[in-house]
Amino acid sequence: MRIAVPVFPGSNCDHDAYHALKHVVGVDTAFVWHKRSSLEGFDAVVIPGGFTYGDYLRCGAMAKLSPVMDAVRRFAEGGGPVIGICNGFQILLESGLLPGAMMVNESLRFVCEYVHLRAETGRTPFTGGIAPGTVLKIPVAHYQGNYFADDATLAALEERRQVVFRYCDPSGDPTAGSNPNGSARNIAGICNERGNVLGMMPHPERCSEEELGSADGRRLFDSMVAWLKEKGK
Amino acid sequence: MKEKPVTLELAREHGLSGEEFERVRAILGRDPNFTELGIFSVMWSEHCSYKSSRIHLKKFPTKGPRVLQGPGENAGVVDIGDGLAVSFKMESHNHPSFIEPYQGAATGVGGILRDVFTMGARPIASLDSLRFGRPDHPRTRYLVTGVVAGIAGYGNCIGVPTVGGEVYFDECYDGNILVNAFTLGVVKRDGIWRGYASGVGNPVIYVGSKTGRDGIHGATMASGEFDEKSEEKRPTVQVGDPFTEKLLLEACLELMKTDAIVGIQDMGAAGLTSSSFEMASRAGTGFTMDLDLVPQREEGMIPYELMLSESQERMLMVAKKGREGEVLEIFDKWDLDASVIGEVTGDGVARIRWRGKTVAEIPVAPVTDQAPLYDRPAARPEWQEALQRNPDPASLPVPADLAGTWMRLMSCPEMADKKWVFRQYDHMIRTNTLVLPGSDASVLRVKGTRKGIALSVDCNSRYCFLDPYLGGMIAVCESARNVACSGAEPIGLTDCLNFGNPEKPEIMWQFRSAIEGMAKACETLAVPVVSGNVSFYNETMGKGIHPTPTVGMVGLLEDAGDRLVQWFDAPGDAVFLAGADRMGECVGGSLYLKEVHGKVAGTPPPVDLDHEKRLQRFLAAAAAEKLLSSAHDLAEGGFACALAECCVTRPDGPIGAKVANPFPASVRPDFVLFAESQGAVLLSCPPGKKGALADAAERFRIKMKELGNVGGEHIDIEGVASVRAADLHRGWRDGFAKTLGLEG
Repeated sequence: MRIAVPVFPGSNCDHDAYHALKHVVGVDTAFVWHKRSSLEGFDAVVIPGGFTYGDYLRCGAMAKLSPVMDAVRRFAEGGGPVIGICNGFQILLESGLLPGAMMVNESLRFVCEYVHLRAETGRTPFTGGIAPGTVLKIPVAHYQGNYFADDATLAALEERRQVVFRYCDPSGDPTAGSNPNGSARNIAGICNERGNVLGMMPHPERCSEEELGSADGRRLFDSMVAWLKEKGK
Repeated sequence: MKEKPVTLELAREHGLSGEEFERVRAILGRDPNFTELGIFSVMWSEHCSYKSSRIHLKKFPTKGPRVLQGPGENAGVVDIGDGLAVSFKMESHNHPSFIEPYQGAATGVGGILRDVFTMGARPIASLDSLRFGRPDHPRTRYLVTGVVAGIAGYGNCIGVPTVGGEVYFDECYDGNILVNAFTLGVVKRDGIWRGYASGVGNPVIYVGSKTGRDGIHGATMASGEFDEKSEEKRPTVQVGDPFTEKLLLEACLELMKTDAIVGIQDMGAAGLTSSSFEMASRAGTGFTMDLDLVPQREEGMIPYELMLSESQERMLMVAKKGREGEVLEIFDKWDLDASVIGEVTGDGVARIRWRGKTVAEIPVAPVTDQAPLYDRPAARPEWQEALQRNPDPASLPVPADLAGTWMRLMSCPEMADKKWVFRQYDHMIRTNTLVLPGSDASVLRVKGTRKGIALSVDCNSRYCFLDPYLGGMIAVCESARNVACSGAEPIGLTDCLNFGNPEKPEIMWQFRSAIEGMAKACETLAVPVVSGNVSFYNETMGKGIHPTPTVGMVGLLEDAGDRLVQWFDAPGDAVFLAGADRMGECVGGSLYLKEVHGKVAGTPPPVDLDHEKRLQRFLAAAAAEKLLSSAHDLAEGGFACALAECCVTRPDGPIGAKVANPFPASVRPDFVLFAESQGAVLLSCPPGKKGALADAAERFRIKMKELGNVGGEHIDIEGVASVRAADLHRGWRDGFAKTLGLEG
């Protein structure tokens, strides 16, 4: 079992993702430079957060043109598990692997803090071990995490159970006050129709050890490992 | 830009005195040309040459068993064991931030990050000490918003967490804010790089952003006062590009894993000039440089502009001859410009060529060795005496509503929750932050070891204004006490000395006194000064700021698992007051006196350095023996505000406490609550550890009084004042944004 962490110019959560996977979860992990066009030998892809290309133009708009993203697209089409975190989520949106777009936070300010998420579905490789309704404590850190999609797309997302995480209060209620950025329907993470590609703004790699304040993020990676094991990886 | 004929008049416009201009002529044996004048003027600016401060900076203790690199390099380096070291420095970006808050603050962060990774260290944390004018000054809100966004914009993008800092407001900063940025990095003991241009024939390589016309004479701007025309200096503020710096950081660290280079220095103030001259000067060499080879962003730049540009995100390095290819390859991978622009020579002369001609020829050593050095006259201002006269307590009415006064102090912007600020900083990236912003010190783990690093920046400038010697001493003691309250041992500090115009004797007296006070404290506490920065001319229209020698303190926890926080943890824990016994007498310089009685007067609380040292060792020992639940020192706002902070800063929500009045009955109630003191700490511990804690205190000869317990709805100082914890929490939480008129 081997996990790929693609690294783009300006990725800055690459080391954190690597640390959580390799040293905390204990799974073989390697960085993949963005100019590489193959993901051969990898069983899952974790696109890390950061400011690829400085977020110039639009978040993720330039990173989607890197050769490695062609490889990620093929990998996803083959059913391989892909998770994009924060800027990684933005790259997946720009690449068209996930629907919708990000706007600047409603506050017009960067926001870094712990939030609560309600898990909505266990159908992705990353949430198989998290019962729907579970409340997770996970930090966000972004300037453009205000998820937007037109009403038809939002309805389709709900209909097809593609909303994976919603911002909520500690009791699991998705209130307006618990939404850190103004995202439509408190959406914090979505998956593609097939369920193998997940994008989320909060950072599970930042809360995979108790001493950092929460280990809830580790549950996503543990789920991924369990899913891969089941597939004989 | 066109070259101008060099005259004494022009030299003066460049900030050189007549005497300094004569010295330039003597070094060259002729009149300088326009480019050379530019080079001398920036190298001899206050900002680059420390000409007014060097003589006093020598008083700092800079050595110690852990010190691997003291002042004089890009940043200091201190050994933390396990083959690792930390590199850190603090620097001011006051003038640019006042003129253009977003870019000024952003490039301040960018500059200090470069200083640290130039040493070979991976930056793991930044902090900022910010001082603004009074909250209701018409420009304050704009400056706060811009500076905070600028720090966030740069630090978040490059991916180095901003884990703490301080934010103060005082009318003395109305026309001259302070933005002091601190960064710490981790480096292998045997992987430290320095700025040496050694090895005759070695190539000089320029890497990073292209050079433009931005920031020309930024160093000179930082060496003069502000006047009504300061707004016109906007073009001298550089524009930051954190994305390029991120690439530069990764490329440099990748390169440093090889042995292809011999020296490296960032191009900060005075850009290509200072980096090349300083590197050659340290190595005792000379160099040639061909300016046509410098990557340029604009057309038609003349040598003067190329040498003085302060375009950001650039580095100068010297590689081993024949290894240039490896350097260029790594920078190509990261899509950065890199160009061999010259080579090291053995004759000690800098020869700068442009379009086939020599445009500057200057012997290197005299530019630094013979830089002006001033022992400027210093004199205690006449008004100091009157200022220090403690206000007669009888003239200060005891507030009728003590609980209300307590609430008011806790919600004033100086005391209130700074979450509005910290929320905009990514303070968790790199997953090392164990104690998030909001405690006395932030604590980071060092991956691959059990160690923790505790960080604090601190200065009470009211104290420094009233008594610069004592104030300087307190700045060191408080920042050391802050890291000690997290369980760490203070191992080194960096400073940012922000003062007014050094040509005024009273400013020089403040400067000298503050340094002497700091040095005394450093010696007693055995904490060396390993890096720092001096910022003079913090004056607008002739009005100086309070002397503000900000201290950035670094502490080491051998086991990060021993770390402490400042807030009470569990109901039922016992509360103790440890330390100073001369309390309740001093309201001089207190927050209470300023906020409630409108006075900045009197003398700061006295310091007992020997006691301070024992107190800090006691804290570290008690933490290591796991006797404590929390530790928090008494500072601004005195006993009542320290107690309130223990109760309301708790991330899981406020908690009450019921404690006895620790003061003699003769002390008036407002002084019980708000008089300030040094060397005093509020502790909490599980009831079962009380005996062991008392034993530890005894060992270090620290007096300790048991005051009561954690728990309940109220924060209650028996017989003096009581408030509901939830109410005080609300005022504290909302006070900052509310007072400044910012959206929450």
